[in-house]
Amino acid sequence: MYNISLNKIRKTYGDLTILHSVEMEITEGEFVVILGSSGCGKSTLLNIVAGLDTCDSGQILIGDKDVTDLEPSDRDLSMVFQSYALFPSMTVRRNLSFGMEVARVPKAEREAKVAKVAQLLQIDALLDRKPSQLSGGQRQRVAIGRALVRSTGVCLFDEPLSNLDAKLRTETRVELKKLHNDLGFTMLYVTHDQVEAMTMADRVAVMNKGRVEQFAPPQEIYEKPANLFVASFVGSPEINQIAGHLSGNGSLDIGKTHIDLSGYAFENGTRPAQDAILAVRCEDIKIVPPAAGHITAQLDFVELLGADALAWVLYHGKRLSVRMGVDQARALESEVGLQFDLTKASVFCTKDGHRL
Amino acid sequence: MSSPANAAAMPRVAVVGMYAFLIVSALFFLAPFLVILINSVKPMADIRSGNLLTLPSEITFEPWRIAWSSACTGLDCSGIKPGLWNSILITVPAVVISVLTGALNGYALAQWRSRFADWLMLFILIGLFVPYQAMLYPTVKILSGMGIFRSYTGIIFVHVVYGLPYTTLLFRNFYVGVPDEISRAARMEGASFLRTFWSVILPISTNIIVVVAILQFTGIWNDYLLGLIFAGNDNLPMTVQLTNIVNNSRGAAEPNVNMAAALLAAIPTLIVYFVSGRYFVRGIATGAVKG
Amino acid sequence: MARWFQRQMFRPTFTVVAFFAVIAIFFYGSIGWTFLMSLTKSSLMPRYDFVGFEKYADLMDNKRWIVSCINMVVFGALFIVGSLILGSILAIFIDRGIRFEGVFRTIFLYPLAISLIVTGLGWRWLLDPTLGIQAMVRDMGWENFAFDWITEPDRAIYTLVIASVWRSAGLVMIIVLAGLRSVDGDLWKAIRMEKIPQWRAYVQVIFPGMRPVFASCIVLLMSEVIRGYDLIVAMTNGGPGISTEMPAKFAVDFFFSRMNLSLASAASILMLLLSLLMLAPYLYSEFRRRD
Ligand SMILES: Nc1ncnc2c1ncn2[C@@H]1O[C@H](COP(=O)(O)OP(=O)(O)OP(=O)(O)O)[C@@H](O)[C@H]1O
Ligand SMILES: [Mg+2]
Repeated sequence: MYNISLNKIRKTYGDLTILHSVEMEITEGEFVVILGSSGCGKSTLLNIVAGLDTCDSGQILIGDKDVTDLEPSDRDLSMVFQSYALFPSMTVRRNLSFGMEVARVPKAEREAKVAKVAQLLQIDALLDRKPSQLSGGQRQRVAIGRALVRSTGVCLFDEPLSNLDAKLRTETRVELKKLHNDLGFTMLYVTHDQVEAMTMADRVAVMNKGRVEQFAPPQEIYEKPANLFVASFVGSPEINQIAGHLSGNGSLDIGKTHIDLSGYAFENGTRPAQDAILAVRCEDIKIVPPAAGHITAQLDFVELLGADALAWVLYHGKRLSVRMGVDQARALESEVGLQFDLTKASVFCTKDGHRL
Repeated sequence: MSSPANAAAMPRVAVVGMYAFLIVSALFFLAPFLVILINSVKPMADIRSGNLLTLPSEITFEPWRIAWSSACTGLDCSGIKPGLWNSILITVPAVVISVLTGALNGYALAQWRSRFADWLMLFILIGLFVPYQAMLYPTVKILSGMGIFRSYTGIIFVHVVYGLPYTTLLFRNFYVGVPDEISRAARMEGASFLRTFWSVILPISTNIIVVVAILQFTGIWNDYLLGLIFAGNDNLPMTVQLTNIVNNSRGAAEPNVNMAAALLAAIPTLIVYFVSGRYFVRGIATGAVKG
Repeated sequence: MARWFQRQMFRPTFTVVAFFAVIAIFFYGSIGWTFLMSLTKSSLMPRYDFVGFEKYADLMDNKRWIVSCINMVVFGALFIVGSLILGSILAIFIDRGIRFEGVFRTIFLYPLAISLIVTGLGWRWLLDPTLGIQAMVRDMGWENFAFDWITEPDRAIYTLVIASVWRSAGLVMIIVLAGLRSVDGDLWKAIRMEKIPQWRAYVQVIFPGMRPVFASCIVLLMSEVIRGYDLIVAMTNGGPGISTEMPAKFAVDFFFSRMNLSLASAASILMLLLSLLMLAPYLYSEFRRRD
């Protein structure tokens, strides 16, 4: 029973509100990633779940038990820190068993558990070393090991991979995901790295300025962002945005150009007239001859990325990106037509950014 | 480590001038020590016939022996020996307790998140610079009330308490640099504040412990005023005994014995200085930049 | 309630509160009580017959107090300037990568390990006209040579300056040296490119950039000046006459041997105010910097 529910969690520092009434329901065994830019309150939220920080109001349930006022050690969860936070003066073995030592677990049991986790993470050979004698990747494993040794079902991670080099990060990512599949723990994982979020999560919570903007499976976040913030935060290069006026007959008017949005599925099927923004990912745009597509734009420059290429075009002074094959990119004329795949596009309200 | 300043060649005259200045300074710094050293092994006859800066005609350790075991302070003629034991008995426990309390308080202060934290810092920083005179008499009264005025416990207590702002601040400044995640991790493991301090934090504080221990050792060993007031006649530290010996024999004037006594009083801290070298320097540098 | 208590086991609050209580009682409580005493007519024992600021007025009529204050200003100014200049010059030279750096450094720093009592005695002997430098020069043939400052009421204060500069120049040196070593290497390169003479570089570029370093030196030295007691006791005991008396000694004497509790308290409170006054700009900048 390790589902977690967060109920209207609020956190303020003086006049500054760090978390505005955050709500989240995490089911048992789920891998949830909290994604957001620096300073948006991810760590604060995680620390509140862990019990390392208090919230001003709200409630935290773990396995249907109200743990809001409990000490971290009474919450049945464990945590992996960004800087690993291994105890520098202790050997790896003692790092792993310290928590059980504090809890007065008998020695034999401690040793058995340490041995089991050490084997699982392949750190048996390192057990008698001090943290300073380990490489970054090894420290990372020990930190995860420490969390697993005592863990009964919930594991929290605060940007655990951000101190690793790119290659190691990819490897550890895969391993963590595998570990999750094998152990079936509930995992709450904080990161600002989209790739980690997309690859590991069962569901992603995108955070912005202390609010959860969208909480959904990664593919849905990518394809059907709930608002303009999520759309532009997720994906690289940033999603293309074309501002215009949505008229009653279902077309987006930009000056004299009218983009027919009949292929787009509006939420609730309604399309009230208002200022709106059409957002399309670079891979959902096709290059066509000028005047044959939805709009016509001027080619600015081309970036060759190896596997494919990005063409940057100018439309009404704004730069848009289009992904295409390298050969096609080399052959581009100075004026191009752009055809949008409206089934994959999004339309947002200009005023508050919500999806239309 | 060498600064780029020395990359620029200096004119020869300047180099000569610089070394001349350094050597003269070195003589200035060494002079008192050498004078005391030389005269502490000089027979009294040499001193009467010459001055302090003449070399001894023969080397004798008689003054040292007298200073150690039979020089008089008033009616009591047992030398400076009892003072040495008193100083050790006072200094060692006082340093140990100072270090432990300073570390605990420093860690607590580094961990303490509150909007009053800055005010508490100001409170301590001011405490650091309060002249003892403004506290001495009330402290006498408090210790009398506790029944430990002029006692062995009393003098240790005063050293620890008077040193508290200083030791606490030194440790706090160190612990502010220790990543907070380590303490958080310990808390996740269920370790209480004291347990975390003892099992996780203290073992990684060796450097700062040595620094504070050295500073407190020199400070307490060299103390005069507190020992004079709070130690009581049976526990007078070496510095007080030394002045008693010197002032007692002022009329009779046996400078060689006095100087031997002064050296005996200075030797322990000098040993600490020479043995700990780098730590001592680092201690002064960190201790100096308070706050 | 039980849960609140249990939570506190994981918090530094209890330790901070205990620490705060000790400081509040022993430092601030004592100061408060000393202040109360200064408003009474207490002599041998505390009495609570308040007479307002009468004792402060008495102090202003007390010749010994006035002399003490003047002495402190003269001594303090010379001592601080002297230590800063000597310490900075030594730091510059050491920073230039001289030979035997370690030896020189050790020599300049060892006085810090020696107690002010031994320092005072050493210099007292060295400057004693019948034993020390004057005697030596006369023995060498200059019969009329005179260097008897320590027995001259007008000059004795300067001998205290010599002894304390001797002890504290090393402190300044080590702090300034740490400052010099953290000067950005590119700055030196720029100075060489611009062909600025080295001495001007120090005076106009490097040292102005090290203002906080000098500020902490000055604060440190000032607190030594205000607290200065041991050195005077060992070296001149306030004499000849009252020519080297200072406030710290005034207060201790009136507390413990002259038994004028209220006057001593008033003196202590004035010393405290002076310390705070000196400290205020430093504290202000410290806290400004933190915000
Ligand atoms: N003790 C504090 N006092 C005031 N503000 C704080 C405090 N701790 C954190 N904050 C503020 O709360 C906000 C959220 O901080 P948090 O550490 O949760 O960010 P984060 O999303 O984890 O960022 P990062 O990716 O950089 O780790 C930040 O704007 C930070 O400045
Ligand atoms: Mg964070």
